[in-house]
Order: sequence, then structure tokens, then C-alpha cells
Amino acid sequence: MSIAATHDVAQAAAQAAHSAPVDPFVFSFTVFVLAVIVGYHVVWNVTPALHTPLMSVTNAISSIIIVGALLAAGPVEMNLATALGLVAVGLAAVNIFGGFMVTQRMLAMFKKRQ
Amino acid sequence: MLSANMVALAYLAASILIIMALKGLSSPESARRGNTFGMLGMGIAALVTLQLDAVQNYAWIVVAVAVGGIIGGVAARKVPMTHMPQTVAFMHSLVGLAAVLIAVSALYDPQAYGIADADGGLHLASRIELFLGTFIGAITFTASLIAFGKLQALLSGRPLVFSGQHWLNLILGTAMIVAGILFCITQAWLPFLVMLAIALVLGVLLIVPIGGADMPVIVSMLNSYSGWAAAGIGFTLGNNMLIIAGALVGSSGAILSYIMCKAMNRSLINVLLGGFGGEAASGGAAQATGDRPVKAGAAEDAAFLIKNSRSVVIVPGYGLAVARAQHALKEMVDALLAQGVDVKFAIHPVAGRMPGHMNVLLAEADVPYDIVHEMDEINSEFSDTDVALVIGANDVTNPAAKSDPASPIYGMPILDVGKAEHVIVIKRSLAPGYAGLDNDLFYMDKTMMLFDDAKKACEAILQAL
Repeated sequence: MSIAATHDVAQAAAQAAHSAPVDPFVFSFTVFVLAVIVGYHVVWNVTPALHTPLMSVTNAISSIIIVGALLAAGPVEMNLATALGLVAVGLAAVNIFGGFMVTQRMLAMFKKRQ
Repeated sequence: MLSANMVALAYLAASILIIMALKGLSSPESARRGNTFGMLGMGIAALVTLQLDAVQNYAWIVVAVAVGGIIGGVAARKVPMTHMPQTVAFMHSLVGLAAVLIAVSALYDPQAYGIADADGGLHLASRIELFLGTFIGAITFTASLIAFGKLQALLSGRPLVFSGQHWLNLILGTAMIVAGILFCITQAWLPFLVMLAIALVLGVLLIVPIGGADMPVIVSMLNSYSGWAAAGIGFTLGNNMLIIAGALVGSSGAILSYIMCKAMNRSLINVLLGGFGGEAASGGAAQATGDRPVKAGAAEDAAFLIKNSRSVVIVPGYGLAVARAQHALKEMVDALLAQGVDVKFAIHPVAGRMPGHMNVLLAEADVPYDIVHEMDEINSEFSDTDVALVIGANDVTNPAAKSDPASPIYGMPILDVGKAEHVIVIKRSLAPGYAGLDNDLFYMDKTMMLFDDAKKACEAILQAL
């Protein structure tokens, strides 16, 4: 390969890196895959004795969906979309408060021998 | 209002706090602090979202959060620990329903989410994500409700099987995907609603053939689904916070399902196809129980045996939860400890109706967690144990899992109860357990059967001590 050709290839590569925008989905997907891997490693370290609190706390955590519900409920003028959003906010709130509080209640019970 | 970058960084902080909440669960000491981190992370995520320009409807939002928060808070205080499996199942259904509502809302008014394209429609990618988030959410919703009904005994715990069941599910699943694809192409309401309706029905049909004792797997799996549903909505809204939290929950539930399946030596597919523990198997077992002698004893005999031993390993099962015997058991254990008997607990991974069910019940009764051991830790100790006391457990102690290749539970890891010097089994009757199998443990020479409700038996033994 001649020097000129190498130069052309390098330039094309540099252009690709700068000009072609990455699809937002690919960014989201990257975050998603990394989070799955983090979750995998963290959860394998959870002691089996705490598997029930793990389920109740992950329940609360999946209610992070409240972020989406708040966006849906956000606009001031009420229509079907905001009404559904508000119901979703309420449902997610049940889970967030219920999930974290019942987890705390359970964890407070685990005591060592005196 | 914070800049978009600040919002993204706040979501990052919240995500890290949530990861720390899960990490804390590696031991009971760190778990309480971890839970505080989790609440902090959730609080940050919610507050950051509330201050966005798009969110203005504060009065109504406060009402919705207050109503939901009070219901959740009261339920969290009141629910008995024996009811945790159904509580968790019910909460999964709420996440599923919330995901569906958000998806419908996003389709109705894409502008509110800033995901509309120039002419007010949705991008193809958004439609696909909306389709995925909606059907996972809808299946999670109805499937969790059925799981709740079975665990709460509103529905029969028996598997409901009928011919052509799997074909029906397959046809419905295909129809749902076709409707979903039509929606992705046309962005019309009709295929969307058809897809949603089929998904809701499918959620019911998928769970009805699955029996009560397979619920640990199902509850874990629905836990996983609720995470994927949240992540799906996160993709639709392009929100990393939802994607990260959803992915964490999704993988957590998947790992739990895997652990539960492995502890029963069954594949997830086998559990999902259902029908396990149906009529046919229990018919065979009933016939077998008729003509074999067992040694039945009274609470006094059991008390005498336990009192005169050095070491006792207690194997609790679902029967303990049903009888709510954990407090009575704890009093009995205290009396034994006071007499210098070494008492330990052995927990099988699928004992009870959800992962870790027994550990929570024992913790509630103030049993210190350092005498409660997992199967792998304690199995080698049974041969050194004077008395193994089985309370309301059955299949997880069945030696057929090791010795009988024809048994449906062959290969399932069991607690080696039969290796102890003496075995006492507290059980209401000789009725077969969930797998519908007879348990050879009950007919061994060293085994004494104490036919009673777990709670009454523990109280009677305590009396006799």
C-alpha cells in the first residue's frame, strides 16, 4: 500500500470518527449492557440469607419508573396522557415507599448472637 | 432548572447509590446502610426529575405521591413476614401496570416526552421500544396478579393444565408479535391495543399451569421482568437512569431465577411449561403410602430425644410459614440453648415460597443469623449431628433425589438429613409434598414422625422440655 493510500484511509477513518453521529440508541444500549454486567457481579455477591430483602429492594428500585411517570404527569393541562401519568406516579410511589420501608423492616430483624 | 449535563450527572450519582444499595446486601451488617443509600438514590432521581421544565403539574403530583406513599408505607408496616412472597408479587404487578400506563401516555402525547419527530409522530426506534416496554409491562402485570392470587390462596395453588395449552400460548404470542410489528410500521392505536390485550391475557395463561411450590422461580422471574420493563421505558424516553436501574433489577431477578432452578435441578423452561406436581404423580404416591410402617411419636418423646443430644440441626420448610410457627420455634430453641444443646438451622434455597423466605421468618423471631446456615455450608455436618428436626419441609429432604434415577426430583440437591443419628419430622400428615412424591426419609428406622401442626408441636415440645 502506498503512503498516499494509507493517508487516504487514515483520513477517511478520522472523518468517520468525527462526522458520523452515533445513534442515541447505541449509546443507551452501551449503558444498558454495562449495567447488566454490573448487576450480574453485584448480585452474585448477595448472601442467600438476604434474598428476600433483595427482592423487595429491587422492587423499590424498579419503581424508578416514576421518573417516566413524572414526565407523563408533567404538563399542566390535563388530558388522558397526564391522567395516566398521575396514576402511574401513584403506583410507583406505593412501591418506592412500600419497597424501601419493608426492606428496612426486614433488615432490622437480622441480628447476631449476643 | 439544572442544565441537561447536571441532570445527567445527578442521575449518575443516583445510579451509583442504587448499585451501592445492592452491594450492601452482601452481609446483614452492611445491608441497612445500603438500603439508606438506595433511598437516597431514589430521592435524588425523583427530585431531579421534578425540577425539569417539562414537569409543572405539581399539585396533582403531590397528591399522587402522597396517596401512593401512604398506602405503601402502611402496607410495609402492617404486612406479616409470612406474607412477604405475595406482597412482593403484588408489588411487581404495580411496576408492570405503571410501565403500561406510561407507554400508553407516551403514545397518546409523544410531545410531552420530547420523543416526537417533526410531524408529531414517533420515530421507528421509539415505536419498537414502546412495543417492547408495553408487552413486558403487561405480562408482568397480569402474571404477577395471578402469582399473588396463588400465594395468597385466593386461587388454587394447583397447576391448571388443559390440552393444547402450549399451542394456545404459542399462537397468542405470535399474534402479539404480529400486532406489535404492525404497530411499529403504522403507529396506529388498533394494533397497539390488540397487542396490549393479548399480552395481558398471555400473562394470565403463562402462570396458571405453574404450581405453588414453583413460585420462588416465578416470583424471581417476574422480579426480573419488572426490571426489563423499566429499562424498556428507559429506552423509549432515552433516560439512562431508567435503563441502569432497570438493567440492575433485571439481572438480579434473572440470577435469582437461575439459583432457584438449580436448587431444584430443573430448567427454567421446565418450570415455565408447568404442570409439575399435578394429579397423576400424587395419585401414585398415595398408593405407596398405604402399606409402609412409620414410627410415630409424641411431643414428649421428641423432647426427651432432643434434650439428651449434643447437637440439633433444624430444617424448616413452608409448613413453618403456614403454621406461623417461627416464634414458638424460637422459644423452643432458646430452651434448648439454655440447656447447652448446640442448635443450628439448615436452609434449602427453595424452602418456602420465595428466595430467602425462611431466613426472614427466623430473623423475625429473633433467631440470630449466625446459627442459620445455607445448604452447602451445613450438609457435611449432618453426619456429626445427633438429631435432625424437620419442620414442615418435605421434598428438600427426600433421599430419592440422590438414590432413585426414576424419581422426578432425581438430581435435585437435598439436605442430607438422613445422615443424622436421629431424625424427627414434624408434619401434619404423611401426605406427599409438592412434587407429589413419597419421602423415604419418613420410613427410616431412625425417623420419628410427630404428626401435628408445626406451631402446636413446637409448643408441646417446649412444655415437655
